[in-house]
Amino acid sequence: MSQVDSTQTAELTQLSLKALQRGIQSSQFSVMEVTAAYLERIARFDAGLKSYITVTEEQARAQAEVIDNQIRAGELKGALAGIPYALKDLFCTDGILTSCASKMLANFVAPYDAHVTSKLKDAGGVLLGKNNMDEFAMGSSNENSAFAPVQNPWNTDYVPGGSSGGGAAAVAARLAPMVLGTDTGGSIRQPASFCGVTGIKPTYGRVSRFGMIAFASSLDQCGPMAVSAEDCAITLNEIAGFDERDSTSAQVDVPDYTANLNDSIDGLKIGLPQEFFAEGLDQQVAAVIERAVKAFEARGAVIKEVTLPNSHLAVPVYYVVAPAECSSNLSRFDGVRFGHRCDNPQDLNDLYERSRWEGFGDEVKRRIMMGTYALSSGYYDAYYLKAQQVRRLIKQDFVDVFNDVDVIMGPSAPTTAFKLGELVDDQLAMYLADIYTIPTSLAGLPGMSFPIGFADNGLPVGMQLIGNYFEEARMLNIAHQYQQQTDWHLQTPAAFA
Amino acid sequence: MAVTEEDVMKVSRLARLAILEENVPVYAAKLSGIVDMVEQLNAVDTTGVEPMSNPLDSVQRLREDVATETDHREHYQACAPEVEKGLYLVPKVLE
Repeated sequence: MSQVDSTQTAELTQLSLKALQRGIQSSQFSVMEVTAAYLERIARFDAGLKSYITVTEEQARAQAEVIDNQIRAGELKGALAGIPYALKDLFCTDGILTSCASKMLANFVAPYDAHVTSKLKDAGGVLLGKNNMDEFAMGSSNENSAFAPVQNPWNTDYVPGGSSGGGAAAVAARLAPMVLGTDTGGSIRQPASFCGVTGIKPTYGRVSRFGMIAFASSLDQCGPMAVSAEDCAITLNEIAGFDERDSTSAQVDVPDYTANLNDSIDGLKIGLPQEFFAEGLDQQVAAVIERAVKAFEARGAVIKEVTLPNSHLAVPVYYVVAPAECSSNLSRFDGVRFGHRCDNPQDLNDLYERSRWEGFGDEVKRRIMMGTYALSSGYYDAYYLKAQQVRRLIKQDFVDVFNDVDVIMGPSAPTTAFKLGELVDDQLAMYLADIYTIPTSLAGLPGMSFPIGFADNGLPVGMQLIGNYFEEARMLNIAHQYQQQTDWHLQTPAAFA
Repeated sequence: MAVTEEDVMKVSRLARLAILEENVPVYAAKLSGIVDMVEQLNAVDTTGVEPMSNPLDSVQRLREDVATETDHREHYQACAPEVEKGLYLVPKVLE
């Protein structure tokens, strides 16, 4: 194996997916060299950041060698052939720990691959490891990981956001060129915003949930996070599409998400929901958003104020629907078939009850109890049914707005990243970190976040872009056009140079 | 408080969580916080609004009634806490 010096390591890990693919296919460098460069950075930087739960170093090196041979033999040519990546630790990976950042699954070696795992494997990607996250994807700061909180690479006293905070931090620190996360109420967009990376939550049903450990099944959706919209588009091309093993998988044709990246945005109609700019939005975040909106206007976009009158109800709706679905999904963790089992159970109930109490963390238990409460006899109509009705009103607001505009823009989050520990005791304040992302999730619409600058505290600000159903290609085009004119997405935290 | 300590005990039983007595007041307070927030939905007029359980309003897809899974029992049981002769072991249920 060739040795890689640290200058080359830094250079290789600055390359876009396209540049990596070109370099690999033209034998400028090998998959083994690229893989080694990323593993070297992980070894150097991740002890503090904790963006990975598992680093699959040996497998990655072995896989890289196999892929190098396949590429040299002309057997593998795809856009992700030889590209390293990481997965949020809730995607099942055959033979590799899949912990969901929970004590419940601390020893769970998945016996099969998730749909997206096998897609990236087949495409010739090299798995670097599994990213840290909030336990069972429940959280907005990554402080709910049972193993360790993740730090924000831009300032390690701050949270990276959540729940896909490990993946967002890994991309920001260039410890992976691309990762897959999941988004239930903002878990891709909010950490992408906090860490200054680009991430997209596709339309509900666009990417198969098979083998993705479930939190709230009518909301969960997998999507990529990477440096640029182009890198997200390349990745989405590989993972999107119908899968019969996911009963909610959408039977809708998948376009080539890279085909229209260079389309003009002249005449694009952008809606700004007034509710997303009201009280609660940090003034500096507002200023950065305004500057980016002006940049779109300067390129020919037409800006229109719109209204989502029920969006203030999204957080309360979400905290009925998501816990209800979680209480049902997480009933599978019973200490019998997989996961944590308590010592010396007295009887079957004792086995269930103590295994679950010991295995789950506080936030997960709270949500299970909230969901059980909302679904319990006598409360179902008042909470769950009511929430599902209001959910439709929230969706209808978007349907109405998309009669007038092509896309919606606004902040991904009301603030930049907050400090580690700052909100741990204030659960409702923590829930409000997702106030702008939850409405999109409830409607099942695609949403993305891309970096548009920094606040005075040096922390990144993300723009949220919301598209109509299955309009991911248009959204990626819009973000790509912005990234052709700006370099916010290419900036890296000084401490991780 | 919207959620009483009694509610917490009941819900813990339903959810099969062996809550410790000392944790009950904290859970009651935290759950009450969520329920209080959720209560604002009561003010919304939802007369005639059809509940939305799926964002795309899709219906359950059906398939041919044929076996698609092959036998992976041993492989799938490798991650189980306790198995014997292909069976999952639990404490005695019947005396």
